[in-house]
Order: sequence, then structure tokens, then C-alpha cells
Amino acid sequence: MITFILRRAGSLILLLAAVSFITFTLFQLGPSDPAAAACGQECTPERVAEARVALGMDQPFLIQYADYMRGLFSPRMIGAPGAQSICEWPCLGKSFQTNENVADIIGRSLPYTLSMAVGALVLWTVSGVGLGLLAALRKGSAADKVIVGAASVGVSLPIPVTGLFLLLLFVNQLHLLPFTTNEINSPFGPHGPWAWVTNYLLPWIALAVLFSASYIRVTRANMIETFGEDFIRTARAKGLAPRTVTFKHGVRAGITPVVTMLGMDIGLLLGGAVLTEQIFSVPGLGFTAVHAAISGDLPVTMAITMLAAFFVIVANVVVDLAYAAIDPRVRLQ
Amino acid sequence: MTQIQHSPQTAAAVSGNRAGAQSGAFLEVRNLTVKFPTDDGVVSAVNGMDFALDRGETLGIVGESGSGKSVTSQALMGLLKGTSAQVTGQALFQGKDLVTLPESGMRQLRGRNIGMIFQDPLSALHPFYTVGHQIAEAYLVHNKATKKQARAAAVDMLGRVGIPSPEQRFDEYPHHFSGGMRQRAMIAMALICEPELLIADEPTTALDVTVQAQILDLMSELQEETNSALILITHDLGVVAEVCDSVLVMYGGQCVESGPVDEIFYDTRHPYTLGLLNSMPTLNSPSSRLNPIPGQPPSLLDLPKGCIFSARCEYAELAGDGICASQRPELRVEDGHGKRCHLSGPQIITIRTSR
Repeated sequence: MITFILRRAGSLILLLAAVSFITFTLFQLGPSDPAAAACGQECTPERVAEARVALGMDQPFLIQYADYMRGLFSPRMIGAPGAQSICEWPCLGKSFQTNENVADIIGRSLPYTLSMAVGALVLWTVSGVGLGLLAALRKGSAADKVIVGAASVGVSLPIPVTGLFLLLLFVNQLHLLPFTTNEINSPFGPHGPWAWVTNYLLPWIALAVLFSASYIRVTRANMIETFGEDFIRTARAKGLAPRTVTFKHGVRAGITPVVTMLGMDIGLLLGGAVLTEQIFSVPGLGFTAVHAAISGDLPVTMAITMLAAFFVIVANVVVDLAYAAIDPRVRLQ
Repeated sequence: MTQIQHSPQTAAAVSGNRAGAQSGAFLEVRNLTVKFPTDDGVVSAVNGMDFALDRGETLGIVGESGSGKSVTSQALMGLLKGTSAQVTGQALFQGKDLVTLPESGMRQLRGRNIGMIFQDPLSALHPFYTVGHQIAEAYLVHNKATKKQARAAAVDMLGRVGIPSPEQRFDEYPHHFSGGMRQRAMIAMALICEPELLIADEPTTALDVTVQAQILDLMSELQEETNSALILITHDLGVVAEVCDSVLVMYGGQCVESGPVDEIFYDTRHPYTLGLLNSMPTLNSPSSRLNPIPGQPPSLLDLPKGCIFSARCEYAELAGDGICASQRPELRVEDGHGKRCHLSGPQIITIRTSR
């Protein structure tokens, strides 16, 4: 168990190094010139050159990368010679756009993304697994057909469509919910948990419609398969109550693929739900990443990419641990 | 090896005759029919089964794949309740009709009064729970006991089915067990509440030949200890000869021949049973090739109007008038030995001696 976690931690570091290097390289190969962007309009070539030095982009590529990576372990100085400022550990660089410490930008954006992810996750897991299980138990019934039909529709609805539709209906027409505000990013804030819920309810629903559709399908298919297993027949032959047969014997065996999916999706979502954040103007990681990428803000792009990779990898480790907890045949070595 | 115990009441027990079956028998099945509606039509899996069984007896149900053996056993266990299967007829178990008994009542009987052992012990055991937990669970459903008591009962049962160091094996998972040990564990699970009726659905099919005999011995021993009735479903005539008191041969969802085990083997009265016996390899037979029954089992979607076996029967024309193809024979019982065939007794004897 401990060996397993240590080994996975080792591969986590290697993967992050690879992801950061690839992001860095892609950025260098790209067409954007951060120096020109940072300098603003009506810029003389001299001022662009100055800006380039200030951003550290006059250095060779590998040295830039090494400098950046060094910041992850110790504080470093950033800026043009003579105008340097300290970047405290953990230094993810400073924004090319605002000169703000990237760690601060991440720290500011993360609560929004977390707010989005947590609620959506609960909503789609409960509805997806619940409806999928119901459909499996009532296979062939009208309820099953309605659920499967709804899932087929849900999985083919893109976020921009559901998102805008929800906004139009509940905010514009019915005035049931407020438009998303940036003031609320935690249920423990001054506005209280209820304001947090109403603020994020629409993005949650938009995400949940898309995700729960595939959860319904996977849960239903796996549960139907599991309910046909011999050990379910054995459980019934013992005289167990239907509830025990369904949940203790059925769900535990049939749920493992859903756990895998869940792990992957949590990891992805924590990296930022780009489209949803964009549509609902939630300044989370995805929103920030898009704007950073467009404006050629390398340090911000790097940091969010690495953070997303980190979440995905950690989620994978958690999935593996959960698997071992569920299925005794899985041994972590 | 187990001696074939041929009790005097065996003949009556397998009378197979609806009118002749003693009322108040321990288990009495009358005209049991199971149909599955499918998109392609109605599958007639079991078409009117009649048999009776008393405590302490072993009935072997023999037949090839798809003859309705397993479906019969599942109908008796009530495992078809809640599915699309249509079960009709009667199955009186200690006076209760298992066919009409609601699921909740059936649940009380399952495990406690009727135990079941399945073919493949690996897939029949839950992979995520320890063997001991699954056995203790079976005990806890029907007994008011603490977990500790259930554990003690399960450990004791594991010991009784011949699992060494049961205290340690209790906490192991099915994948830690060998095939034979798994089947022993299945037997322990089925017997922990000491059911009066045990249904074993091909209990030795998935096992190594050397282990098969051990498992059969174990089942016979435990049956003697508890004086339970045993229904052994198998396609292995060797198994039948070893442990059964009486035999019921199934074909196309019907009983084609039934009777005491000796009579089935040495006074065979149905061409299908003859074919089955002939297709078995023997050590001293001069022929080096096996003699399979030609043809395929009938489609259960569309059973022939006449004798279900007629299409594969070598002797169908002996009965004359094409009667085998046009008229379904009744199960006729003489002295506890039933056969469903148009051929007369002397004709059968001629056939038997000629091969």
C-alpha cells in the first residue's frame, strides 16, 4: 500500500515534468509574442525588447524552463535587471499581463472552480447512478425507456446549448434565479450557503445534464450485467431480502466502472470547466486559462495546465485506491 | 464409494403418475410447466413435469443441455419469480405450493428449507466478500444470531465439508480457494441452515474428475446425516449411478423415462435413455468410437406435434402408422417405472438386446 503510493507519487512528478515541458515547448512554438502583448499598443521595438528582458524571454528556451521549474522549489527573482521583484515560494511565475503572482491568481480562481465542481459532481452522481440503477432494476419498463431516452438526449446536448437555455429560461424569463455573481465562491462566505447554491445551481445543472447522461448509461449497462451474474442468483437462493441482493451484492459489484469514470471526471473538472465557466461568467480556472492562453500569458497557462494534470493524476491514484477497497482481487503492489 | 441404496419406497416416490403420487409426499411436482415469452416466440422450456420425492432420497435428473433440467430446479427454488417466465402446474413442498407461493413466502423457504448448489462455484460466489462472510450471511438470514455465533456456525460448517483450518479459510476470498474447495464452500453455504431439500445443479461439472468423486461423497454423507432429500441435476450418468436412488430422464422439457436407478440402467425402456447409455464410453467395449445420438435437440420455440424425440429416434417407424410423428405419447407408469414412448415393452426389449 505504502509502496504503491510512493511509486505513484514518483510517476506523478515525472508526468508533471513532462506536461510542463510540453506546455512550455508548445508555447514557444506558438505564434504569440508575450512581449509585444505586454508592451501594449503603439510600442516601439526598443520597448518590446525591454519588455522581453523583463519577462525573461530573452534567455534561451531551456534556461527559461529551468528558471521556471526552480521557482517551484524555492523563491526566485523576476523582472528586468534593476527592476526585479521577489516571487515567493511556491513561485509559479508572474502574469505577463498583470505582473501578479500566478499562485495568487490560481488561489483566487480555484474556489470558483471548486464551487462548480462539487455541486455538479454531487448532482450528476446522484442522478446518474440513481436513475441508471432504477432503469436497470426496471429493465424494459416505461420508466426504463424514459430514462434511457432522456440520457440519449442529455448526452447529445452541448453545454453552450443547455447553459444558454437554462439562463434564458430561469434567469431571463422566469426570474427564478439570479445571474451568476463573482461575489460568491464558497458556501461558508458572508452570503451563506443558500446564496451559494442559487448562484451555482444553473452551472451545476448544465454540467449534470451532460455528465449524468453517460453515468446513467454506464450504470444501467453494468448493473444489468451484474444482476445476471451467478452470484446474484446465489444471493437470492440464500433467501436474502431483495434490498440486500440489489445493494450489497449487486451494486457493489457493478459500480466499479462508475468509480473509474467518476475519478477521471473529477480530475478533469477540477482543471476547470472551460465552456461552463465561460457561459456563466464564473472566473474559475477554466475561464482564467482561456484568457491566459489567448493573451499569451505563459506563466498562468503553465500553472493551470500543470494543476489540471496534477488533479487528473491524483484522481487516478484515488480511483486505484478505491478499486482496491471495493474489489479484494485488486492488489496494490 | 457410496453404495446405491435402493429403498423400497423409491419406486412409489418416482411413480411419476399424477394419480398414483402419494398425497402428502415431501415434494410432489405435478404438471410443472415453464414458458419464456421472447421476441421470437414462446420458449417451452419445461412441458409438464411430474415427480415426487421423500426425505432421505436422491433423485437424479438427467438430460442434455437445454432439456429443461436447470429451469425445473430454478422454478422449484422460485428463482423465476419476478422474471418474464410463466410457471404453471404445482410443486407441493411440505404441503405448500412453490408455484403460487408469493416471493416473500418463497424467501422464507430459500436457504432454510430448500438449499441450492450451483454448477460453477467461482461465478456463484461473490468475488468481493470473504467465503466465510457469505456462509455466515446465509446463516444470519434465517437465524436470530449474533455475528459471532454466525461465524462459529460457518467455521463449523466449513470444517464439516472438509475444508482444512476453517478458522483461517473463513477470512479468505473465493479467488484464494481451489475449484474443489470453492464447491465445498458452496455446499457449506447451502447446508448451513440444514435444509430438508437440497437441489444440486450440476455440482461437479466444473470440477476436476478427481475432485468430483470427493464432492459426491461429501454430499451423500451430509445427506445421510441430515436425512434431507436431494435432487441432483446432471448430464453425467456416471454421477447418477454413483449417488442416486431414482432417475428422471429429461428430453425437450419433458420426462421421457423415470424409475429406480437400477431399472433405468439395466431395464432401460426409452430409446433416448438407450441412446444416452450407448454414447457413454466404457472400458471394456470393443468399439473404439462413441455412439452419439444423431441429430439435434428440438427447438423449444416450436416443439413437434408428436413425440418430441421422434425426429432423432432410430426406431420411430417400429411403432407403425407414423404415430410417433403425429401423436405425443403419454408418460405410462408400470411398477414405478415410467416411460413416454409408443413402442411396446417387447419391442423395447428386442431393441435393447440387439445393440
